[in-house]
Amino acid sequence: MELWFSEYHSADMKISFRVRRQLFSRHSGFQEIQVLDTEEYGRVLVMDGFIMLTEKDEFIYHEMITHVPMAVHPAVRKALVIGGGDGGTVRELCRYPEIEDIVMVEIDPMAVEVSRRYLPTVSLSFDDPRLTLIHEDGLRYVRRYHDVFDLIIVDSTDPFGPGESLFTREFYSNCRHALKEDGILVNQHEGPYFREDAEEAAAIYRKTSAIFPIAAVYQAHIPTYPAGHWLFGFMSSRYHPVRDLDPERWEKLGIETRYYNTALHAGAFALPTYVRRLLEKGEILDTVFRQAAIEDNGDE
Amino acid sequence: MSKPIRGRYALDQKQAPLYEALVEFRKRRMVSFDVPGHKQGRGNEELTAFLGKQCLSVDVNAMKMLDSLIHPSGVIADAQQLAADAFGADSCFFLVNGTTSAVQAMILSSCSPGDKIIMPRNVHRSAINALILSRAVPVYVNPSVNQKLGIPLGMAVEDVASAIGAHPDAKAILVNNPTYYGVCADLKTLVELGHASGMRVLVDEAHGTHFYFSEELPLSGMEAGADMSAVSLHKTGGSLTQSSLLLLGQGVRNERGYIGQIINLTQTTSASYLLLASLDITRRNLALRGRSIYRRVIDYADYARNEINAIGGFDAFGAEKCDGRAFFAFDTCKLPVHTRAMGLSGVEVYDLLRDDYDIQIEFGDLHNFLAILSVGDRPVGIERLIAALADIRFTHGCEPASDLVSEYITPCVAMTPAEAFYSSSESLPFETSLGRIAAESVMCYPPGIPILAPGECVTQEALEYIRYAREMGSRMTGTEDPAVEHLQVVIE
Repeated sequence: MELWFSEYHSADMKISFRVRRQLFSRHSGFQEIQVLDTEEYGRVLVMDGFIMLTEKDEFIYHEMITHVPMAVHPAVRKALVIGGGDGGTVRELCRYPEIEDIVMVEIDPMAVEVSRRYLPTVSLSFDDPRLTLIHEDGLRYVRRYHDVFDLIIVDSTDPFGPGESLFTREFYSNCRHALKEDGILVNQHEGPYFREDAEEAAAIYRKTSAIFPIAAVYQAHIPTYPAGHWLFGFMSSRYHPVRDLDPERWEKLGIETRYYNTALHAGAFALPTYVRRLLEKGEILDTVFRQAAIEDNGDE
Repeated sequence: MSKPIRGRYALDQKQAPLYEALVEFRKRRMVSFDVPGHKQGRGNEELTAFLGKQCLSVDVNAMKMLDSLIHPSGVIADAQQLAADAFGADSCFFLVNGTTSAVQAMILSSCSPGDKIIMPRNVHRSAINALILSRAVPVYVNPSVNQKLGIPLGMAVEDVASAIGAHPDAKAILVNNPTYYGVCADLKTLVELGHASGMRVLVDEAHGTHFYFSEELPLSGMEAGADMSAVSLHKTGGSLTQSSLLLLGQGVRNERGYIGQIINLTQTTSASYLLLASLDITRRNLALRGRSIYRRVIDYADYARNEINAIGGFDAFGAEKCDGRAFFAFDTCKLPVHTRAMGLSGVEVYDLLRDDYDIQIEFGDLHNFLAILSVGDRPVGIERLIAALADIRFTHGCEPASDLVSEYITPCVAMTPAEAFYSSSESLPFETSLGRIAAESVMCYPPGIPILAPGECVTQEALEYIRYAREMGSRMTGTEDPAVEHLQVVIE
C-alpha cells in the first residue's frame, strides 16, 4: 500500500510526500497537529494541513530566522520568541552564551509536547535554564511590555488560524514598544510566489514599513515551503541589516551552521526584482501571468 | 429586583418549522414558473457564484408549503408562535424591513393623528420618523445626562411621572431600553406607571435581544409587562441584517389583527425567505443555547473592560456607574469606552481603529466609542481591540481636552414633527437658520439620534454642537442636502 500526504500550495497546486507512517494526529483545541514519518524528509510536523517543518530542511528556516539578527545586534541579552512551538528557534538562540533570558510565548501547549516527544533534534533546548515558556496569546503578552527586549522573533504559523493576530498592525506596533530603542524584530514573512502567500507578504511589509524606520525583507531557499522560496522580515529603529552586520564578531563566536554564513547574510537581502515589486507596489506575479493568458485566449 | 428565570418554554424549542419547510422545498426540486426570476440561482451565475447555490436555492416566493408573511397560517405562523414562546411574549410578528418597521408599527398602532406619546428625546430616527407618519404629538422627557461621561441616560421614573401628570391624555409611553450605550431605565416601574394611567408602554429594545436569554442581564420588555417591544434579532442575536421581531404582550392581545394591518401598510409583499429563515434558526439557537452563549459574551466583555482600564487613559465603564435612577441597570454585553482622558474624541479613536487597524466598531461620539459584543465574537478579536487601544494610547494619547460638550441638547419644540415636515419649507445655510424651525432631522450617524428633529427651533446650542461634532470628525446626515450644509426650515 502507498500512503501519500499532500500539501496544497495553491488551490491548483500541491506537493506530495510518501509517508512511512503517521506518528501523531490530534486537534489541540487551537489547531490540527500531525507528525508524519516520511521517506524523503524524515519526520514532518503538519499543522492544519500545512507543513511547519521537516527534519531534513528545518535547519534552514531556524538558522535564518535567528542568526541574521544575532549577527547584527551587538549584544542581545533578553530575547522573546512568539510562537515557535517546535523549539527550533529557541535551540538556535541557546547557542549564544551572551543571551541571558529567553521568553517563549506559544499559545498551544500541545505543539510543545508533540515536539518534545517526536522531534528530539528540534526540541532539545526546552530545558535550558535561560528559557521561560509561557502559553498565552502572543499579542496579549507583548502589549504589556515597554522597552524590555533586545530581540523579538515572530516564529508564527500562517495568518489563517491561531497565528492570525500576529500579522496585524497592533501586534507589530506593540512589539516596537516592547523592544528596547535599539531592538530588532524578525518575523516569518510568508512566500512571494503563490497568490495567497504573496498577498500576505505584501500586507505584512505595508504594515511593518509604516511602523519601523528600518524594515527590510530577506529570503531563504527552503525546499518544503511553497515554491521553495520563503521570506523573513527584519525591523529595527537603529540597525541596518547589512551595514550594521559585524562578520568578525559573529565568526569569533564559532557557531557552526549548515546554511547561514556572513557572506550569505548580505546576499539574502538582495531580492529578485519580482519580489521587490511585490513588496513595493503590491504587484502579484499571478496577475501579470494571468493577464497575459487572458489576452492570449481572446474573449475569456 | 427579582431576577426572572429565563429559558423555560411551553413549546418544544428544538423545532424550526420554517427552516424545515425550506429544507423540504429544496429536496422537492420544484420547477418554478413564478418569481423571483433567477429561479434558484440559475439565471444569475455571477450572483450564485458569489452568494452560493445553497443560498439562492431558497430565495423563493411565498407558496403553499412555505406560507406567506402577509397572512401567515402555516409554517410562518408556527415559527412566530415558537418565537413568542422563546421571548415570553403573547404573540409576535416576523419583520423583514428592520426594527425600524417594528418601531413604526408600535407607534402607528397606538397613536392616531393628534394623540400624544411620551418619549425620551434621545430616540433613534426611526421613532421620530414614526411621529411624522402617525402625526402623533411627542411629549419629550429629557433623559438625565451623566455629566462626567457626557452621555444621555434612560428616563428617570419621576420625570416620566411628571410628564404623565402634565399630559394625562397621552396614549402611550415609548421607552428606549437599553440605550445604545447599554443604559437601562427602571422598566418595571415605568410599565406600572403607564398602565396605572391607562397608557400603553412600548419598548424599543433594538439593542436588547440578548436580555431574553440570560439571567445575568437586565429585565426585558416582556418580563416587565410592556405591551409591545421591538427586538432587533439581527443586532446581537445573529440573524440576517434587516430581520426583526415585534413582540406583543397580553395587553394588546385583542389588537393583534389591527397591528398586523398596520404592519402591512408598509411591509413588502415579497418578504425574503432568507431573512425569515434566519429568524427561525436564530430563535432556535438562542432558545437552546442562548444562556451559555451570552455567558461567554459577558466574560469577553468583562475581560475587555478590565484590560482596557489597565491600559490607562481609557474608561471602559459599566455597572459601577448605575445610580438606581436614570442609570438603573447596565447591559454588560456592551463595551462603551470613555476616551476624554486620552485627549482623543470617540470619533477619532473610531476612525483610527478602522483605518489603521482594520477594526470596525459600532460608533464613536464626542467623548466615547462603543464596541458591541454578541454571539459572533471570539478571543482573537477581543485581543486585537485591546492591543490596538494600547497602541493608540502610546502613539496618539495626549493631554485631556478641557471642554466637555454634552451629548444631549435640550430641544425647543415649536410644532409637531409631522406639522413641520409637511409644511412649506425653504433651504438655508446652517449659520443663517438660527431661530427658525427645522423641517427635517440632523444627526450624527452612527448613532443616528437627531440633534435637531422636525418641528424644533434651531438654537445656538444646537448649531454649536453641530459645528463642534463636525470638527471632531462626526459624519452628519439626515438633511435633504447631501453635503449637510443647508437645512430645510419651515416658512412661517
